[in-house]
Amino acid sequence: MRALLQPVLAVALGLALGLLVTAVAGESPWRVLTILGQSAFGSPYDLGMTLFYATPLIFTGLAVALPLHAGLFNIGAEGQLTLGALAAAAVGALFPSVPWPLAPVLAVLAAFAAGALWGYIPGWLRARRGSHEVINTIMLNFVAAGLASYVTLYLLKNPESQNPETQAIGAGYVLSRLTWFGDAPLSTALFLALLAAFLVWAFLWKTVAGFESRAVGGNEAAARTAGIRERRARILAMTLAGGLAGLVGVGEVLGNAGRFRLGFSPDFGFIGIAVALLARGRASGVVAAALLFGALHKGTSDLDLETENVTRDLSLILQALVILSVSADGLWTWLRKRRAS
Amino acid sequence: MQMKNLILTVFLLALTQRYAEAGEFRVALVFDKGGKDDRSFNSAAFQGATRAKEEKKIFLKHVEATDDNAFEPLLRSLAQKDFGLIVAIGIAQADAVKKISAQFPKTRFAVVDAEVPGPNVKSLLFEEHEGSYLVGAIAGLTSKTGKIGFIGGMDIPLIRRFELGYEAGFKKVKPSGKVISNFIGVTGEAWNNPAKAKELALSQYGAGADVIFAAAGASNGGLFDAAEEQKKFAIGVDSNQNWIKPGFILTSMLKRIDVAVFDTIVEASEAKFTSGTRRFGLANQGVDYAIDQYNEKLLPEAVRKKVDQLKAEIIAGKIQVPDYYRKK
Repeated sequence: MRALLQPVLAVALGLALGLLVTAVAGESPWRVLTILGQSAFGSPYDLGMTLFYATPLIFTGLAVALPLHAGLFNIGAEGQLTLGALAAAAVGALFPSVPWPLAPVLAVLAAFAAGALWGYIPGWLRARRGSHEVINTIMLNFVAAGLASYVTLYLLKNPESQNPETQAIGAGYVLSRLTWFGDAPLSTALFLALLAAFLVWAFLWKTVAGFESRAVGGNEAAARTAGIRERRARILAMTLAGGLAGLVGVGEVLGNAGRFRLGFSPDFGFIGIAVALLARGRASGVVAAALLFGALHKGTSDLDLETENVTRDLSLILQALVILSVSADGLWTWLRKRRAS
Repeated sequence: MQMKNLILTVFLLALTQRYAEAGEFRVALVFDKGGKDDRSFNSAAFQGATRAKEEKKIFLKHVEATDDNAFEPLLRSLAQKDFGLIVAIGIAQADAVKKISAQFPKTRFAVVDAEVPGPNVKSLLFEEHEGSYLVGAIAGLTSKTGKIGFIGGMDIPLIRRFELGYEAGFKKVKPSGKVISNFIGVTGEAWNNPAKAKELALSQYGAGADVIFAAAGASNGGLFDAAEEQKKFAIGVDSNQNWIKPGFILTSMLKRIDVAVFDTIVEASEAKFTSGTRRFGLANQGVDYAIDQYNEKLLPEAVRKKVDQLKAEIIAGKIQVPDYYRKK
């Protein structure tokens, strides 16, 4: 119960502080809250957009949360998702005539594999060479961006557009949209994300490999003494994380754009860090936190249109305040002590 | 009795004001990367819209998309909110305008730099190569080293069009001269990277160029800093940028997005909106070179005369400026 109470209180506190900021900016906090709520959940279309933004955040949130259990900090989800999306689009553009049930499976595997490779490299470097994964994943983000630019512009460029994007994927690859949500580009990739969250939970808590990962994250020396191959566990955790981030490409390429577009991600990889921290590493928490951040992303996008003084940058302020209040451990212990005494 | 009259008057006044507000023509402006304060491309559009707001009492809302995926939802939200005219600035919005204009046939759209077909869409295109030809000639007539530079923002055909026209104008007056050319990047970020622009400008000045033309949105500021540091010349783009560093900015290649946007808003507000493509070139002053109090001392009479003569020849069709769009 306490595990649930703290994040909920933290979110409420963060939101309250953020709305106070809007009061300073000369806008009624209540009105801003109403706009946020309506814009995020007000109609099937709005809800669809919220879920559309939440889908990639579930993947990147899991991609950060899973290695956290193994004591690794993956801040390379942005690069991993870029390559995953690129791989999905490349398969779809190079083999356009693959028929329906096989085609999406192929693209999903390609996206997972490309992301997994981009997680394996820093995992291996950490396990075998001891170089820190935080540095390596950041650097690999840049390599991935450069690689994606090259492939998009020189190998797979869409000749009909001036925008930096690849050719379209074949018709057999396109995921069906959830039509109840109107024009929102929400596809069945959402179910893949929920399935991934379940599988991550099952891996961590129901398999030997998952137990080993958690043991390494808990106490590396103890795990080694107990006979756990900690290097293998680390590499596996990073590889799986990369693959999960790569699956962002499924929703974007197969479900939304039908091609890879440079710069499609508004930093999903980095927001994923916030999602994982708010979820405290739990898979179910990741789903809830991704929904919250998706709602913030959608909700704040209408602030530009509805108010004079508050822009969508409030989204960043709210995210930051929520994270700050979640991680304010001192505050929570103080509260608990007060209640106890 | 008097009191009653007063109340009635106030009430009526309030009513008419309400009515006027409800009857206001609503215009939305969606900027490209770089934003309304780029002092170049987007700023020109904002200027035109602001003038329309002041002169025609329209309601104006302006927004900026944070990423390329945001254009479509943004345009859809605006269309749902009963805007009479939505003006999309920049080529990155072409696909989004195409899709949303088909879904909202009653809303009118205008798009700058891209050609989008549709009964409710007006495409505003500019003959960038013609204006670039003139500033290329100015660069050639001013350069002492015989070497000039070009800095493009995003490497797309639109900006290559500036480059090709600029080079042709330069070669016209300095046939044996040399043009050094660089691009800032391949994504929308290139419009917003003055640091990289400065770096490129410094290396071009270092290689002997003494005039550099940049077509790079908000990144142009980096070029101007470099020009001031090196005491050399720069050429601005889209808006009249001469005022930013007086004495170092030789001229600006004007792309009158402000006029195009102003005209489109006024036409739409007077229910005279027409769809289809409108082109702005030298002949209708849609592109030009800028001359004002900040640069009149930099451009001697002889240079102006020569450039105006070239301008007349282009308008008369005696000079064919190479067009990157028709190259292939």
